[in-house]
Amino acid sequence: MPVDLRTRLGQLELPSPVLAASGCAGAGRELAQFTDVARIGALITKSVTLEPRAGNPAPRLTETPSGMLSSPGLQGPGIDGFLQRDLPWLLSRGARAVVSVAGHTVREYAELAVRLSDAAGVSAIEVNLGCPDAAAAGRPFALDATAAGQVVAQVRGSARYDIPVFAKLSPEVTDIVSVARACVSSGADGLSLVNAVPGMAIDPVSFRPVLSGAFGGLSGPAIRPLAIRCVWQVREAFPDVPVIGTGGVRTGRDALEFLLAGAAMVAIGTVLFHDPSACSRIQRELEEELVARGIDRVSEVVGRAHDGAGVVADRHSWVLARAWAVASGGKYP
Amino acid sequence: MSPVQVRGTVLTVRRVDAYVAMTVVAPAIATRFRPGQFIAIAVGGPQSGMLSRRTFSVHDVRPDHGGTVEFVFLPREPGAEWLADCRSRDVLDIVGPLGRPFPVPRDPASCLLVGVGAAAAPLFALAGRLADRGCQADFLLGAESADRVFGALTARRTGRSAMITTADGSLGARGSVIDLLPTVVQQARTDVIYAAAPLGVLRAASALAGRYAIPVQALVDAPAMACGTGLCMGCVLPAVGTDGITRMVRACVDGPVFRGDRVRWDDVGTIPFDALGAPGWKSRAGGVGPAATSLTPGPRDIPEGRQHAG
Ligand SMILES: Cc1cc2nc3c(=O)[nH]c(=O)nc-3n(C[C@H](O)[C@H](O)[C@H](O)COP(=O)(O)O)c2cc1C
Ligand code: FES
Repeated sequence: MPVDLRTRLGQLELPSPVLAASGCAGAGRELAQFTDVARIGALITKSVTLEPRAGNPAPRLTETPSGMLSSPGLQGPGIDGFLQRDLPWLLSRGARAVVSVAGHTVREYAELAVRLSDAAGVSAIEVNLGCPDAAAAGRPFALDATAAGQVVAQVRGSARYDIPVFAKLSPEVTDIVSVARACVSSGADGLSLVNAVPGMAIDPVSFRPVLSGAFGGLSGPAIRPLAIRCVWQVREAFPDVPVIGTGGVRTGRDALEFLLAGAAMVAIGTVLFHDPSACSRIQRELEEELVARGIDRVSEVVGRAHDGAGVVADRHSWVLARAWAVASGGKYP
Repeated sequence: MSPVQVRGTVLTVRRVDAYVAMTVVAPAIATRFRPGQFIAIAVGGPQSGMLSRRTFSVHDVRPDHGGTVEFVFLPREPGAEWLADCRSRDVLDIVGPLGRPFPVPRDPASCLLVGVGAAAAPLFALAGRLADRGCQADFLLGAESADRVFGALTARRTGRSAMITTADGSLGARGSVIDLLPTVVQQARTDVIYAAAPLGVLRAASALAGRYAIPVQALVDAPAMACGTGLCMGCVLPAVGTDGITRMVRACVDGPVFRGDRVRWDDVGTIPFDALGAPGWKSRAGGVGPAATSLTPGPRDIPEGRQHAG
């Protein structure tokens, strides 16, 4: 029996909780060569800015153990180019577009929300709070609960009422729950956890930083436990706020881990560079993981790790099932 | 034709001088392939900690086993070493063929093929295609030393002429291909230059081609490709579109073959101040043209080039 993967996003029903993460799938054209973008939950676009941006000089990316350090610098066509070419293309392919927005001032974010509200077909807005705040000497909004809350309040106030607004947070804070609280009380309909974590690599041959901007965001499986912890903490504090879990998801089992921690959806980022068909594959694997556990609706597992009794009971039956499978000579599951 | 992701079985792994030449069975890639295109391979197995795909220009494709793909590399980093340790019948996750191929002249022309080290590998499939079009191919190959010159024998056998240079003089003339370029272009009465080499050589070839007013097609052998599929935005370099606007374009989808006169070779590794969206850049009316269409050469230039938008 097929598993019911349907997931709610505001008024919308997504066919699956598996999304493509912002900045790792552009606006879908490249991804569509390997994955049917209409069949994944949604595509979160590369963060859109008001003006076109050339991004940072190369080198922008470097491989690190089980991860990637990157500082692409938000290269993109700007909101005009995005609305003219990228959004219509995504919609023409039957994909659901969650549009990520980025700015350096609260006003820029608000203006982007207005522009997106005038366009048809935006499933949700994801507010990338990882950008430097011009009013705070370049400290990213996400590092300060007040600044993050202000951006969210402005975006929520400027966006059409029926477009859900998700705030994307950075794990680089002492207390993720306080930033989450500021966003939720400012009207965020959901949270995206997490953005990449600042890191650095130095070239032992040139004796210089590898990336042109010295620092980059660390992403990929290397940060998955960090992301899981953030999702868990936020779910404990706000059990009713939908969360998009992001950070190193590589397999259906990893996706399941995020769901158990409390994410309603998972977004696939860096792993797409390694496997451009990862979204469809992970979706399929997640379905298999659920079938193996006799679960027929994905919504049933969301946040289940918080349910103490549930955990013990599940683990018990899982061990039993495995023992049974081994005893019967079959391969688990 | 759009790329595919396949599981390719390793057929052979051979040492060729300093290099490893690997042949994999991948019919869907082989049949789609055009010279100049590349493949991107996942290394280290399914749970690999090495997340960047390794990209390789395709040396050649053959029809045996339904279609095989051969590529050549120097095993000098952990991912390439892992690949070099693969054996016949191992299975690899391969994406390809990727990128914009070499455009070939419609009418017979005198073509100079300039290559350095293993970067020269894609020139040999190109030579085959040029021959089909009735074109003459002259080779100019170089490397640090004799064991790093790739394809010297094939070049001598199949080219109208073949000049070899090595930095240490162990094969052919001592020096760099850059030193010999002007002489060869004059002697061969070159109509078009094809170059597959490090940036310095591509820059020199483009400058020379400019002086002689001949076109140059330069294959960028960018080491900094994390995905090869256009997703990561890591492989950018500044290039001028037909509208005169400089954009940061991706070597993996807008290239790897570029018209030499379009790339701002001296500015590679920077964001030129006048590039679209550079800091301080001001949008002007009509300035925000579609990045891809302006860089995609006309149908006359590329008979079967992939149309890339984005
Ligand atoms: C190359 C690259 C570009 C990214 N660009 C954006 C972006 O534009 N906006 C954003 O909110 N997050 C961006 N991210 C962060 C990812 O969306 C994601 O939150 C993070 O990488 C962790 O997930 P992952 O481990 O699955 O990649 C980017 C990440 C990478 C690696
Ligand atoms: S290598 Fe990733 S975009 Fe070119």
